[in-house]
Amino acid sequence: MNAQPESSGPLTTPEEDDAGFYRLRLYVAGQTPKSLTAMANLKKVCEQHLAGRYEIEVIDLMQNPRLAAGDQILAIPTLVRRLPSPLKRIIGDLSNTEKVLVGLDIRPQEAP
Amino acid sequence: MPAEATARPSLPKAPTGIAGFDDITLGGLPAGRPTLVCGSAGSGKTMFASTFLVNGATLYDEPGVFMSFEERAEDLVANVASLGYDLDKLVADGRIAIDHVQVDRSEIEENGEYDLEGLFLRLGWAVDSVGAKRVVLDTIETLFSSLDNEAVLRSELRRLFGWIKERGLTCVITGERGEGQFTRQGLEEYVSDCVVLLDNRVHEQITTRRLRVVKYRGSAHGTNEYPFLIDSQGISVLPVTGAALTHEVSSETVSSGVPGLDAMLGAGGFYRGSSILLTGTAGTGKTTFSSCFVDAACARGERCLFFVFEESPAQIIRNARSVGLDLARHVESGLLRFEAARPSLYGLEMHLARMHRDLDLFQPQAVVIDPISAFNGPEMEVQSVLLRMVDLLKARGITALLTSLLHQNYVSSQQDLGMSSLMDSWVRLFNEEANGEMNRTLYVIKSRGMSHSNQVREYVMSGSGIGMIEPYIGPEGVLTGSARVIQASREQAARVRRRQEAERRQRDLARRREATERQMAELRAALEAEEEEIALLHSEDAEREAALERDRDAMYRHRNAAE
Repeated sequence: MNAQPESSGPLTTPEEDDAGFYRLRLYVAGQTPKSLTAMANLKKVCEQHLAGRYEIEVIDLMQNPRLAAGDQILAIPTLVRRLPSPLKRIIGDLSNTEKVLVGLDIRPQEAP
Repeated sequence: MPAEATARPSLPKAPTGIAGFDDITLGGLPAGRPTLVCGSAGSGKTMFASTFLVNGATLYDEPGVFMSFEERAEDLVANVASLGYDLDKLVADGRIAIDHVQVDRSEIEENGEYDLEGLFLRLGWAVDSVGAKRVVLDTIETLFSSLDNEAVLRSELRRLFGWIKERGLTCVITGERGEGQFTRQGLEEYVSDCVVLLDNRVHEQITTRRLRVVKYRGSAHGTNEYPFLIDSQGISVLPVTGAALTHEVSSETVSSGVPGLDAMLGAGGFYRGSSILLTGTAGTGKTTFSSCFVDAACARGERCLFFVFEESPAQIIRNARSVGLDLARHVESGLLRFEAARPSLYGLEMHLARMHRDLDLFQPQAVVIDPISAFNGPEMEVQSVLLRMVDLLKARGITALLTSLLHQNYVSSQQDLGMSSLMDSWVRLFNEEANGEMNRTLYVIKSRGMSHSNQVREYVMSGSGIGMIEPYIGPEGVLTGSARVIQASREQAARVRRRQEAERRQRDLARRREATERQMAELRAALEAEEEEIALLHSEDAEREAALERDRDAMYRHRNAAE
């Protein structure tokens, strides 16, 4: 699972191993409109709610098709929350921000 | 396009290597196209699909990809190992790729638009990694329960099947049987080239697997429901239909193994390739006759298959030994094989299917089925199965001996299972009760194409085999057992009496001859005495004459002297 693909790499990498740190992986297949939308939506949400404590790894399965089987990817785009556990997957272009926040369990942290 | 119509190439087909299935479909599944295999749970869809894949990789040099949506790769390997396939090795050799698509609904959330490009990429990568020509998608329908967006799913599946066709992959897609349609999600809508339906029906607590080719675009195919088997030797489908009556016939005869019975048949035995029915009540030695038949066949060097439904092979071998037959040596030499199964183990069709396969594998020249009366079921069905069984045996020129148990000492239409008209020869064994004892008798009801004895013959089973006893036929009918023995001794006594009578007459005659001769001697003696007497008298007369003469002379001389 630690295969490091050539991806956009971590966008921001500050305090790792922090309890509130989000390690996210976005699986795309080429630069399709859906992928680009998902990318943009994800960035927006993270910047707004998780500034400084997230990492996004974008994996292009067109380049690395074998990772699809290893990571059980079916739908494109798929967002995988690797940290904090448990593992969560969100499929789609993440156009519904509310659902992204709930899906990633970001919502409760936003309150204080 | 008339040119095309005249020389239309037949649809290219990918053989499945499943015995029988390729016959039904005249070559296999449509090559380069998807085929839908649907059936209810446990009907053997996955087994069918994996057999198709493994045979492709091992027999036809067509590597394959198994994409499983249900079972994990390990489970799949374990499951097909039960069919005798070593999937792990094929995977290690790069002949087969397995990909388990796991979609855990609890950890997936849908948000916005998506497609299933990931699935395409995975499949594409797996196909490329082994150079696959064959693909199995094992119950892709489970995606419908994992993903909410049905519209996306449907359009993606349509795209997937199109992609498979484009890549020229021969594909088996399995689907769960749905209400009113072949699959729950109507996959048949997308896969329209070939649809195979698997069924697992339970009738009177006995399960029979059946297979039917519902549809095969661009090709003829068998339309019946065919029984199929899944066991340690893989899957086999049996295209058993009523064969045309065109089988070859032989005028060569084969021995029944019982010399006395052979002698009752005009041709000196049964015709090779004919079917013989042996009916009899309990304890008449049907299995013993079968053992003799088998022993004779093996002694001729023929391969023999013995289907037993009520006894174990060991039991039959032991029992045969009691009549001096050593069947064990035939088993050792590989000429004889027993196939034992309880009738209730499978449904009728399955039994037929199994026998069909065993015939294919063993290629026997002689077959015994002991007994056919063990098959239970609706009369129609039993009859149809037996009919096809006999057809099957006849078509292959196999001499078959079928035994059937009769419950009473008379023939009723139910008890011969409607078999009599199918059979070329029919021998009936029965126990006759007379004078407080049961005697075994036999007669040949019919034997097509040869004259045969009309006698009811008594037979005995002993350490030297089955022996026919010369019949006693007299004014009082045919006698058996002790009645026959009594009659024989009675005759013996009569013979002795007749001989004594003759001797007495002979003695009488001798005596009378003696008496007569004595009388004759006496008379002759009397005559001789008389003769002697007469001779004596005669000589006395002559003496007297002479004396008188002498006197007269003397007188004359005297007178003369006196003158």
